[in-house]
Amino acid sequence: MAHDAAHHHHSGSHEPHPEVGHVVPVKYLVGAGLALLVLTVVTVAVRYVDLGEANMPLALGIALVKATIVALIFMHLRWDRPFNLLVLIGSIVFVLLLIAFAAMDVHQYEPTMFTGNAPDAQSTLDANAPGAPVAQARPLEN
Amino acid sequence: MSQSIAHPQDGHRADGHHDDHGHGHHDPNLAHHFDSLGQQFDSAKLGIWLFLATEVLFFGGLFAAYAILRMRHPDVFSYASHYLDTIMGGINTCVLIVSSLTMALAVRYAQTDNRRGLIACLVLTFMGAVGFLVIKYFEYSHKFHDNLVWGTSFYVPPEGAEGDAERALLKSAPAADSTIEVKDPAMFVVPDLAAKPAVDASAVKAASRGPSGLARPSGAPAPAAPSEPAPGAVEQAHPALHLEDAAMPPNTHLFFAIYYAMTGLHGVHVVAGMGILAWLTWRAVRGDFSSKNFTAVDTGGLYWHIVDLIWIFLFPLFYLIH
Repeated sequence: MAHDAAHHHHSGSHEPHPEVGHVVPVKYLVGAGLALLVLTVVTVAVRYVDLGEANMPLALGIALVKATIVALIFMHLRWDRPFNLLVLIGSIVFVLLLIAFAAMDVHQYEPTMFTGNAPDAQSTLDANAPGAPVAQARPLEN
Repeated sequence: MSQSIAHPQDGHRADGHHDDHGHGHHDPNLAHHFDSLGQQFDSAKLGIWLFLATEVLFFGGLFAAYAILRMRHPDVFSYASHYLDTIMGGINTCVLIVSSLTMALAVRYAQTDNRRGLIACLVLTFMGAVGFLVIKYFEYSHKFHDNLVWGTSFYVPPEGAEGDAERALLKSAPAADSTIEVKDPAMFVVPDLAAKPAVDASAVKAASRGPSGLARPSGAPAPAAPSEPAPGAVEQAHPALHLEDAAMPPNTHLFFAIYYAMTGLHGVHVVAGMGILAWLTWRAVRGDFSSKNFTAVDTGGLYWHIVDLIWIFLFPLFYLIH
């Protein structure tokens, strides 16, 4: 079994070896936790610094690093069967595909879209909503 | 798997009788439909990972909705994010991280036959879940109090509420003009309250009506400042002060719709996690877990970690928009 092979090659000789699975050393777990807390402080601090366009990619980059730490250390994927990592990455890839195609679709139909609220919402907003933004359909070009 | 295959790891089963239903030597931790503890463990791990993949896809739909909304309304997100409490969100992030750490330690203690450590860590993880939900409750109730809700109710202040301290929140919001960018002013119609027979303007409180130009295009003259409310009227002023903020971009309710949808679904997962943690704690106290039987702690922990992992992305996406 793959996990058995991974097991015996692991160097932590003082760590207990159950029949199945892998025991993560305490220093790895505590180190990962501290790294996550430090990165949280960093990402909050960065929020107050104006980096223009770079703010959001930086915040998401830090989140990605944190997520990787959680997945590899806390969730044992560093020592787990590679297929489980493939399952996780596969699901994330499909979410990114969904976002990418939805964004392309929205971009494609942008010229014909209503700005503001959905048309059906207008009657509700007109009747009850002082100050609510009211949308108007943009006339089709051409 | 064919019954004729011998399994060297599992000598007593090498005769090929997989379904002997406990006749003879049978490991109490091995279900009879598995060949070995290793196969049983790997199957459980693959199963929970496939479930976690469906969870990623589950939230993925909402992440896609978030992406589309933010692409189309960047001004709304940079404006409305300031209504969220970064400190509360940051503390909650730390609470989840620490509870993830105690969960990972719990798995280790189960693997090393440390029953006390296991129970202590499971209880600590459970308390982390409770702490997260308590903080979230305070955040939500504050938003409800300020009428920062989803849908058209965002523009309709409820009756009879009072507002006072919320003014400070508004003052910390970004200043007008700079955040609004409307490419085509003709796309927006400034609602004319007086022209609408359906609205009894007198029934709307002065303080809650706000400036008439919330959808004011950039470059247009700022609406006249609302006249100072009469002394005493302040007490009756409604907390929905965002309606008084001329800097509020159109469709700001969309931010709160996706905020409640995503953090709400995440909160439901935290509640489910509490159920799993309580069940694991009960079984740990009963003495079910050991280095030979810790799969339930391991897989339950993986679920708890994915709840933490999703929050790691929700936090910057909602609270940390510069």
